[in-house]
Amino acid sequence: MRDARVLARLLADPSRAGAVEDWTGLLSIARAESLLGSLAWRLKGIRLPDKVAQILEVARRDSETVRTQALWEAEMARRALAPLGVPVILLKGSAYVAAGLAAGVGRSIGDLDILVPRDSLDRVQAALLAAGWEWVKEDAYDDLYYRRWMHELPPLIHKERDRMIDVHHTILPLTARPTPDAAAMIADSARLGNGLGVLSPPDMIVHSAAHLFADGDLAGGLRNLWDIDRLLREFAEADAGFWPKLEERASRHGLLAAVHRAGRLAHDLYGTPVPEIWRVRDSADSLFKARLLARDGWGRATRPALRFAFYVRSHWLRMPPLMLARHLWTKARR
Amino acid sequence: MKHRLDLRIGPVSFRIGSDWRSPLDALRRLYETYPEPDPVADFTVRLEAERVWRRWLRPSVAIRGDYVLPDAAPMALAHGLLAAEMGMNLQMALGQKRFLLLHAATVEKDGRALLMTGESGAGKSTLAALLGERGWRLMGDEFALLDLADGRLHPFPRAISLKNRAIALFDGVAPDRLGPLLADTPKGTIRHLRPGAEAIARMDEPAPPALILFPRYDPGFARAIRPVGAAEVFVRLTQASTNYVALGERGFAALAGLVAAIPARAIDYADTDMAAALVEELWDQ
Repeated sequence: MRDARVLARLLADPSRAGAVEDWTGLLSIARAESLLGSLAWRLKGIRLPDKVAQILEVARRDSETVRTQALWEAEMARRALAPLGVPVILLKGSAYVAAGLAAGVGRSIGDLDILVPRDSLDRVQAALLAAGWEWVKEDAYDDLYYRRWMHELPPLIHKERDRMIDVHHTILPLTARPTPDAAAMIADSARLGNGLGVLSPPDMIVHSAAHLFADGDLAGGLRNLWDIDRLLREFAEADAGFWPKLEERASRHGLLAAVHRAGRLAHDLYGTPVPEIWRVRDSADSLFKARLLARDGWGRATRPALRFAFYVRSHWLRMPPLMLARHLWTKARR
Repeated sequence: MKHRLDLRIGPVSFRIGSDWRSPLDALRRLYETYPEPDPVADFTVRLEAERVWRRWLRPSVAIRGDYVLPDAAPMALAHGLLAAEMGMNLQMALGQKRFLLLHAATVEKDGRALLMTGESGAGKSTLAALLGERGWRLMGDEFALLDLADGRLHPFPRAISLKNRAIALFDGVAPDRLGPLLADTPKGTIRHLRPGAEAIARMDEPAPPALILFPRYDPGFARAIRPVGAAEVFVRLTQASTNYVALGERGFAALAGLVAAIPARAIDYADTDMAAALVEELWDQ
C-alpha cells in the first residue's frame, strides 16, 4: 500500500471490505492514524475474514473502555471545577462521546480537553492543582511560552490516574492571525445533563477545522477529518439550515477558509455531502491531501519533505517571523 | 519493507519487516517448526534503520511497529534477533487487548496450568524452560494470556530467551533448538531456546489455571514456602499486568476471578533443582 487511501475509502464505504487485499497493512495504517476503533464500528456486521473480524471485535470492546474512561475523566474535572460556578466546555473526543455524537463512536481519546472563560483561568488552575493534577513541564521557557502566547495552560497530568488535561481559553494560539471569539463560543454552548457543556454544532466544526488547518502540522489529520465528516453529516441531517449557519459562524471567527478546506477535503476523501458551491478547485488541496494520506502499508510515515514543510507551516501560522526565529533558536540551544 | 517474515505464536500472529536480512534469517531458523501463520497479522513489527545511511554505516536497529516506545534505544545489528523478539513483546505489552496479559511464565500438566510470576531475575523464565524439559508442557516463559470470558490461560510459547548463567543449563538440548549466542546485549549474554515439540504442537490448547507461584531466587536462600494473602496476590498481579488498566472493568473481573479461585504460594530457592522439586511438591498437594 503506497498511502492511506484504502483506509479512507473503506471508512467512507464499508461495502468495499470484500475488495481489500492487504488487511494487515490496512490495520497497521488504521492503528497509526488512531482510526482502528472507528473502522471497527464502521465495519460491524460486514462479512470479513475471521482474523479481521476478531481483531475488530476486540477493538470495539476496547473503544467502549476508552469511552468509559474518557467520560470518567470528564466527570473528575467536573467535580473539581463545579464549586467555581464557571462554564466548563468539553472539546474534541470527550465532547463527541459525552454528547452521543456519531463522531464519538469508536474514537480514540487520550487527553481531556476543556474550554473555560479566560478570566477564570487562575481559579480553574488552582482548583485542578488542589484536586490532584500536576504540571507536566518543568522548563521555565516552555511555561512562559504557554502562558504568554498559547490558547491553553501548560498540560497538567493527574498524579493518581495518570491522565492529561488541556485547559483552553480559546481555540487558537493568541499569536495566530485568525482571532476566534471564544466568549461567543462559550455563550452559545449547549449544556449536558451533568452541567458540563459542549460547543454548538457550528462551533464544533469551526474548532475541529481550526485545529486541523489553522494550527498544527496535520499529524493525526485523517482522524480529525473523519470527525469532521461524521459531524457534518449528522448536523446537516438534523438541521436543514445548518450550512448557512456554519458559514456565518466560521466568518465571525475568521475561520471560513479553514472550514471550507475541511469541507472540500472531507468531500474528497470521505464523500461528505457538502454544498455544491463549496466544491471549488483549490490548488493547495492536493498538498493537504497528500500530507493526510502520507502513510504506507507498514504503518510508516512517508513523504518526509512534505511532512517537514507542514511542520514549518504550523510554526509559521502560529507566530510572526521574528518571534518564530527567537522561539526556534531557544528550543535548538537546549 | 525489504524483508518480511510472518509468525504465529499461539493465538497471536506477527508480521515482521526488516531493512536487513540477517535478523529475519535468525528468526526463521528459530521458529522453523512453528505452524503456518494467519493470513492476517494481529501486530506489525518493524526493524528499521534510524537514518537511511545507518542501513550500511554502523547499522543500528530501531524497534518500531504498530505500537512504539518513544525512547527505546536502538540495538546493534548483531543483536537483531533480540530486537525482533523485543519488538514482538512490545506489541503484546502495549497493544494486546484480547486477553489480560500477565508478565508470567506458564506450564501445564494434567490439563491444568501453573502460573509463575515475580520480579525480573526471579528465575521464572528459566524455571519454566526447565520444567518444559521435565515432563511439563511449556505454555510460555514471558506472557500468560488470561481469557477475559472463561478465565483459561492461552499458550504463548515464543522462543525462550535464556540469560547469562541459565544458558549452560540447556547445553544438552538438540542444537537445532538453540539460537546464536548473543554476547554483550543490554541484558547480558542471551541465547534463545525453541520450546519442545509438544509445546509447539499444542499451542492452540488453553488450560484452566490451578496454582499461582511467586518464586524468588538467590544462591544464599534456604528453601521456603509461604502462603500469600488474596489481596497481595491481586495487587502483585496488577503490577505484573501490562494491560490491566487499559482493560477497565473486564480486566478487574478477570483478575478478581483468578485470584478468588486459585491458591497461591511464594517460594524461595537457591538453585533450579531445588525449585523444580518445590514445584512438584506443591503441585501434588
